[in-house]
Amino acid sequence: MSAGAPAVLAQGLTKRFKAFTAVDHLDLRIKKGEIIGFIGPNGAGKSTTIRMLCGLLHPSEGRAWVAGFDVDRQPEAVREHIGYMSQKFSLYGDLTVRENLLFFGGIYRVPRRDFNERMRFAVSMAGLEGRENALVRTLAGGWKQRLALGCAILHRPPILFLDEPTSGVEPEARRRFWDLIHELAAEQVTILVSTHYMDEAEYCNRIALIDRGKLIASGTPGELRARRLRGELFEISCTPLGAAVKVLTGTPGVVEAAIFGDKLHVVLGEGGISATDLPGYFGEHGIQAGPAHRVTPSLEDIFVQLVSGRRERRTLP
Amino acid sequence: MNVRRLFAMAYKETLQIWRDPRSLAIALLMPLMQLVLLGYGVSLDIRHVPLCVYDQENSQQSRAVVKSFVSSDWFSISRTIHNQTGIDYALNRDQCIAALVIPADFSRRLAATGTAPVQAVFDATDVNTTNIALGYAQGVVAQTNAQIADGWAATHGILPSLVGQVDLDPSTWFNETLDSKNFIIPGVVAVILALVGAELTSLTISREWERGTMEQLISTPVTATEVMLGKLIPYFAIGFIDAGFCLVSAVYWFGVPFRGNIGTLLITTGLFIVVVMGIGYLISVRIRSQLGASQIALVLTMLPTTLLSGYTFPIDQMPAPIRAITFVVYSRYYVTILRSVFLKGSGLSDLWAPLLGLSIYALIIIWLAARAFHKALD
Amino acid sequence: METKDIVIRTEGLTKNFGPLQAMREVDLAIYRGEIFGLVGPDGAGKTTIMRMLSGVMRPDAGKIYVDGVDVGANAEGAKLRLSYMPQRFGLYEDLTVAENIFFYGELFSVPRGERVARSNELLEAAGLLPFRRRLAGQLSGGMKQKLGLVCALIHTPHVLLLDEPTTGVDPVSRRDFWAILYNLRETGVTILLSTAYMDEAERCSRLALLHNGEVRYCDTPAGIKKAMPGALLAIISAGPRLLREIVSGQPGVLGVLLMGDRLHVRVDDSTRRIPELQMLLAGHGITGADIQTAEPGIEDVFVALLGGTV
Repeated sequence: MSAGAPAVLAQGLTKRFKAFTAVDHLDLRIKKGEIIGFIGPNGAGKSTTIRMLCGLLHPSEGRAWVAGFDVDRQPEAVREHIGYMSQKFSLYGDLTVRENLLFFGGIYRVPRRDFNERMRFAVSMAGLEGRENALVRTLAGGWKQRLALGCAILHRPPILFLDEPTSGVEPEARRRFWDLIHELAAEQVTILVSTHYMDEAEYCNRIALIDRGKLIASGTPGELRARRLRGELFEISCTPLGAAVKVLTGTPGVVEAAIFGDKLHVVLGEGGISATDLPGYFGEHGIQAGPAHRVTPSLEDIFVQLVSGRRERRTLP
Repeated sequence: MNVRRLFAMAYKETLQIWRDPRSLAIALLMPLMQLVLLGYGVSLDIRHVPLCVYDQENSQQSRAVVKSFVSSDWFSISRTIHNQTGIDYALNRDQCIAALVIPADFSRRLAATGTAPVQAVFDATDVNTTNIALGYAQGVVAQTNAQIADGWAATHGILPSLVGQVDLDPSTWFNETLDSKNFIIPGVVAVILALVGAELTSLTISREWERGTMEQLISTPVTATEVMLGKLIPYFAIGFIDAGFCLVSAVYWFGVPFRGNIGTLLITTGLFIVVVMGIGYLISVRIRSQLGASQIALVLTMLPTTLLSGYTFPIDQMPAPIRAITFVVYSRYYVTILRSVFLKGSGLSDLWAPLLGLSIYALIIIWLAARAFHKALD
Repeated sequence: METKDIVIRTEGLTKNFGPLQAMREVDLAIYRGEIFGLVGPDGAGKTTIMRMLSGVMRPDAGKIYVDGVDVGANAEGAKLRLSYMPQRFGLYEDLTVAENIFFYGELFSVPRGERVARSNELLEAAGLLPFRRRLAGQLSGGMKQKLGLVCALIHTPHVLLLDEPTTGVDPVSRRDFWAILYNLRETGVTILLSTAYMDEAERCSRLALLHNGEVRYCDTPAGIKKAMPGALLAIISAGPRLLREIVSGQPGVLGVLLMGDRLHVRVDDSTRRIPELQMLLAGHGITGADIQTAEPGIEDVFVALLGGTV
């Protein structure tokens, strides 16, 4: 693999299960050493894509290359060059930490002379020094997750696929996990992570937003925020909230209005009502409102806007 | 107890059974399969033993003998032969299991001496079949003896003489045709109902746990009794359909004589279904996985019912300790009742002892089942 | 909140699972019309508290009052006034949408006319009206969640207990779901929910931060954010990995978190540390790094309050 070649390249990658299209003509190019986040709801096709890239599922259409190997024709070569960690951390609960590592070391054919050093690295990465003989089922979620990552990188793969590695793990453990991922990326490991937590997108160098099998946007978190919102986002306190949304629906200039906590989030586009006019406008309709503040949209705001155009939506009766 | 909640529970359960192909298959197809397998497979009877006939005389009387073999249903004539070597040929080629030879002077000796020998040759490679066929031959000859006023019979060659061996066992008094199916089939009905009943209900509670619906169910005002009854009512109905299906097949398909009273049959069958479904429900409450519950149900119903109910192995021939154990095997009472109702035509008053056993069982199971389910997660 | 009547109250709520203390003397007071959020790591006791409040699990010690009913003494009475939606929504996937609603309506003995009217109204609000004859198992995640809510609301409960209602549900459906919750709240329903999504925590009127079976903090989202020790800084610069090496372990730096294109640094005092950090970076030849104070998210506060360093 030459230095300039992409670590992962997919062209028109498609997977159909009978009538259902799980992944729909996905194009993807991932640079070496990049952390790319696959962000999207459950069932969007994230896991299916990852399984195709790992050579675990045959694509129905399209091609993909991982570490320079064709995933459909050379799946064995692909698997030697990747690490894969699935949602359920495939560890054996009735084996100890050391026994799990020995098992995965054997499967990945880690050279005997390197094994002790790699195992020490995996154990210290997981923060499990001194607990090598503990049964894995006695470990808390965060430890298990880091140990699973340790197992997935025992054979030093240049490319790592992590399928929802953080689901069901508490926030601090999640942050520690992302720290590890950044360390691996610093050593030029390419990492593809899927998650349904929108806030985790912020940890990635690049994001691919996926919905219903399609790539709907990609870019750095900053780029997506700058490009994608059709207008500016304002926050305004008002009561009653439900009535306020009804008043704004259909008002010229209002792209979207949604209740957010005890406040309202309003996206205002070009022309139409301005942010400074909002409190007065509410007053005319008998709604008490404070001043509108401009806020930075979250990636979830972006996602919702991108997706809501693609499906029929209902919010309020 | 609230009737609306009970009805809602039963209705929901019915819809779920109706939409679950696995439940439906257990409920309706398994009894059919078992009836065929157990009804035919376990049957000790042989029908239509292929018979060669070498009638050297071909007189009215000799044809009467042949006819009595054919009309017995136990034998059917596979071919008619005309010389002695034909018998060897037919036996060697598996064209028959038995050969009947009637000598040329048959009617003359019958008239002269009052007895006349016929020869029956058997292929004895399958000893079991041979013995049974021999038994049939004795039966046929005994009937022929009765028909023809004069007694006759003789064999020679590889078989013992048939003369004087006609001897009806008094124990076959209620089963004159010596038919083992009359004895087996009522037992098969009990096995099927026990297995299907417990299997079906063993899944009802564990399914709610496995599918994650139990937590919300117990957060509603529904009571434990309503859950139990609501879940059991639809299965009780299915149990009755199965019972009706099995009992009708027993009479009209297998030809087991029914001499009893339908009411007696329905009451005792209902009681038995309550017991087995209660056991299934108890298992279901205790075991939270469907697979585990189903396996335990199999062990707790199939094994004791086949081995210890008297269905295949007569209880009075068991060693005393095992015989004692059979008293806690609920199916022994039902097997006894079924056989008596079918073959003896016994009524409720004749059956007070097994009926009492079954009733006590039903009460205990219902009491346990109603107490077993707690509306709590811990 | 105009009326300050307490709808959910717990006193010294305690629960042990063998040697594990799942809940230690928890006192909570939740007012009418609140959307109260429970946040905390897995195993902190969020589900346990929900189960005890809904009467499906008995506490080892302590008292619970829901809508004026003592749950310990009269769990069945309390069940009529509350509704509990467990994590898996409690739907029968082999029943249709309408059959699920009918079932729960009957269990709560909702009068027939009322059931029909209310289920139509709720289905309409949830956008499920066209799917009445569809099996629940064939609905999408977001639709299942809304159907779970419809079933939970069919008997018009005063209190709604939702255990991680939006886990695994797509963001668009989550927003729709929250819109329904706000509507409910305006009709006076009190809502207690647990969530693993920190952005959802911000939408609650008040939050309790649970840790090891104890309530560590209980306040409005804004109040909790104010309770965060120190301040959060965002440093935007090329090469955030190098920045982290430099910044970690400096005096006043309480935590460092590497994001995709920036570094989040928690410091004890922003006015004092911003110039210091600027000088530090300049000393390493990094100029033009943009250091700003950043609005902490609930997750930042959460990690900081529980003593984390990331």
